[in-house]
Amino acid sequence: MATPQSTVEGAAPRVPLFYDPRVRGIAYQVLVFAGLVALIYWIIGNTSANLQRANIASGFDFLQGRAGFDIGDSLVEYSSDSTYGRALFVGFLNTLRVAIIGILTATIIGFIIGIGRLSKNWLINRICLVYVEVFRNIPPLLVIFFWYFGVLSVLPSPRESIDLPLGSYLNSRGLYFPRFLWGEGAWLVLLGLVLGLVFAFFVRRWAHKRQMTTGEQFPVFWTSAGLIVGLPLLAFIVTGLPLSFEFPALSTFNLQGGIQVRPEFLALYLALSFYTAAFIAEIVRAGVLGVSHGQSEAAQALGLRSGQSMRLVIIPQALRIIIPPLTSQYLNLTKNSSLAVAIGYPDLVATGGTTLNQTGQAIEVVAIWLVVYLGLSLGTAALMNWYNARMALVER
Amino acid sequence: MKNFVKALLGSAAVAMFAVPASAATLDDVKAKGHVQCGVNTGLIGFSAPDDQGNWKGLDVDFCRAVAAAIFDDPEAVQFTPLSAKDRFTALQSGEVDVLSRNTTWTISRDTALGLNFAGVTYYDGQGFMINAKKLQGINSALQLSGAAVCVQAGTTTELNLADYFKANNMEYSPVVFEKFEEVNAAYDAGRCDVYTTDQSGLYAVRLNLTNPDDHIVLPEIISKEPLGPVVRHGDDQWLDIVKWVYYALVNAEELGVSQANLEEKMNSDNPEVRRLLGTEDGSKLGTDLGLTNDFAVRAIKHVGNYGEIFERNVGADSPLKISRGINALWTKGGLQYGMPIR
Repeated sequence: MATPQSTVEGAAPRVPLFYDPRVRGIAYQVLVFAGLVALIYWIIGNTSANLQRANIASGFDFLQGRAGFDIGDSLVEYSSDSTYGRALFVGFLNTLRVAIIGILTATIIGFIIGIGRLSKNWLINRICLVYVEVFRNIPPLLVIFFWYFGVLSVLPSPRESIDLPLGSYLNSRGLYFPRFLWGEGAWLVLLGLVLGLVFAFFVRRWAHKRQMTTGEQFPVFWTSAGLIVGLPLLAFIVTGLPLSFEFPALSTFNLQGGIQVRPEFLALYLALSFYTAAFIAEIVRAGVLGVSHGQSEAAQALGLRSGQSMRLVIIPQALRIIIPPLTSQYLNLTKNSSLAVAIGYPDLVATGGTTLNQTGQAIEVVAIWLVVYLGLSLGTAALMNWYNARMALVER
Repeated sequence: MKNFVKALLGSAAVAMFAVPASAATLDDVKAKGHVQCGVNTGLIGFSAPDDQGNWKGLDVDFCRAVAAAIFDDPEAVQFTPLSAKDRFTALQSGEVDVLSRNTTWTISRDTALGLNFAGVTYYDGQGFMINAKKLQGINSALQLSGAAVCVQAGTTTELNLADYFKANNMEYSPVVFEKFEEVNAAYDAGRCDVYTTDQSGLYAVRLNLTNPDDHIVLPEIISKEPLGPVVRHGDDQWLDIVKWVYYALVNAEELGVSQANLEEKMNSDNPEVRRLLGTEDGSKLGTDLGLTNDFAVRAIKHVGNYGEIFERNVGADSPLKISRGINALWTKGGLQYGMPIR
């Protein structure tokens, strides 16, 4: 078998290197790569030459300069004396805040609506259908405008605030809560909470192990709840109730004191949550419908109750279908948060835009935007991929 | 393969040498047949479209004067409405030839942003407006501690506001929008207690509020806001043209040359008037600028002198009724001073 092949090879005339498909393949790739490098090199050279010619400053030194402008909504210490870098960081945190809280809310609403779409109750089913069709078919910017101009800006002025329970108020300047002021010994309460969480974790592991070996069940949920609530409560009573409240009160212009949630944040958060929830609902519905009917029949045959069969049989399998498209919805929500600029919520794009305008360093600021959003998206995707791998069907 | 390589090398070579040959702005303008002018999106008195869609205002008229000086046609201009945030990028990238958009002259804009200011067409200062009906008893900006303040993003106003409240140990909550219209809507809806921008702007905004009479402009002026036309750094000829069109308009007012008496002044014996109008024998003043000797005649014929532009758009003949104040000629105690044309 080896002989005929070797004779053919030996007899063949030497093929010029140029016609060797392997060599040609590599040559093409090298050429394309070189072309790409040349193009990038040229773009960078051309840009910097043009910037120099137009006498426009470049480089990232401006990040150390004094910003000079104030930001209405900040999670960290910030004043007009802070640097541009700090201003961008404040914007980044604001983007992160609305994205994370938005993702959590959208997931919860989405799951409820998605399961509701499968309900046999005609009214629930129709309400969920209308919800999905309305929010899915309106551009997110209009949903934001709806919340901002349609709902929040028609609220009464601070002097005629709507009283909510627990010393909270709602008016056109936002939602006001009392602030918790922790007194001496409050760290013990925190310690109690941490200990409660740790104990609950170990109890769950122990109970799982015991059920595996003996088949006996243990009321894990109630024990954990007791630990997580009970320990901090105990510490709270032992240290002598170290808690007071600062209530919002009316001053000349606004309500002062307490915690203020500004309407810009509320509008953006509600709009993004409601908008994305419509897509998540459809993904959840598709996921549940994607689990074959035989699975729920099998669960019933095993004697599982309907809640148990949903929790232990249907949802784990549905999640495998749900998670990948869910990831792209999370990415969409994060990216849509840049629409904040339309209603004046100081997210990364808004603070970056002001920085860009005050310093004129468009290329640098746009580069920062790109890198941050790319990083956020890749980070979210990595997290979701890890979760997906954990949830994937493990074949034994 | 060979053809492919040739094509690749060829296009690379073309790309290498295709560094945008930045022709003189004047040549570009003449080639396309109009001046591209960046203006405000809608500030009454400075640049706003009227009910027929024609752009009107002091900043707009200045652009028309430049167009008239070049083309003898005040319509040879196209307007690009720009937000405060986008305006410099639009100018830097060449999207507009001149930015005439109530823009404050500052050192950093002149240097780090790569721009050149051609003059000051309106001397302004930042002020505050409040709803006097809702906030009775407030008659000074120093009583504003704790207020929510509406302001437009990316302006000097935003920076002055921070400085003023800090200097006076007062607190405020900034409500910042990117677009002028959004700030107006938010203030009108009661999202904030105070509106701050240049004083001329406050008067203009007030005209469009639901109940203009409820609102008062507080007496304090907290900054200097010299507003004027801006061009890109690096084209001296274009800067000269914009600058001297402006000086010509101011000098015309000083010399009493107006739209109405232009014909008559063409035969004037006054040497200063003759130099301005290019009627002096052998004069090269206009051609040295890259235009024609009658560039000032063209501008005045179509849009009038500085005083006429002022009165028509923001002064006595306009709804704003702003007095000349520091924008009067230097001969009348103001700051408008045209450099000599000779």
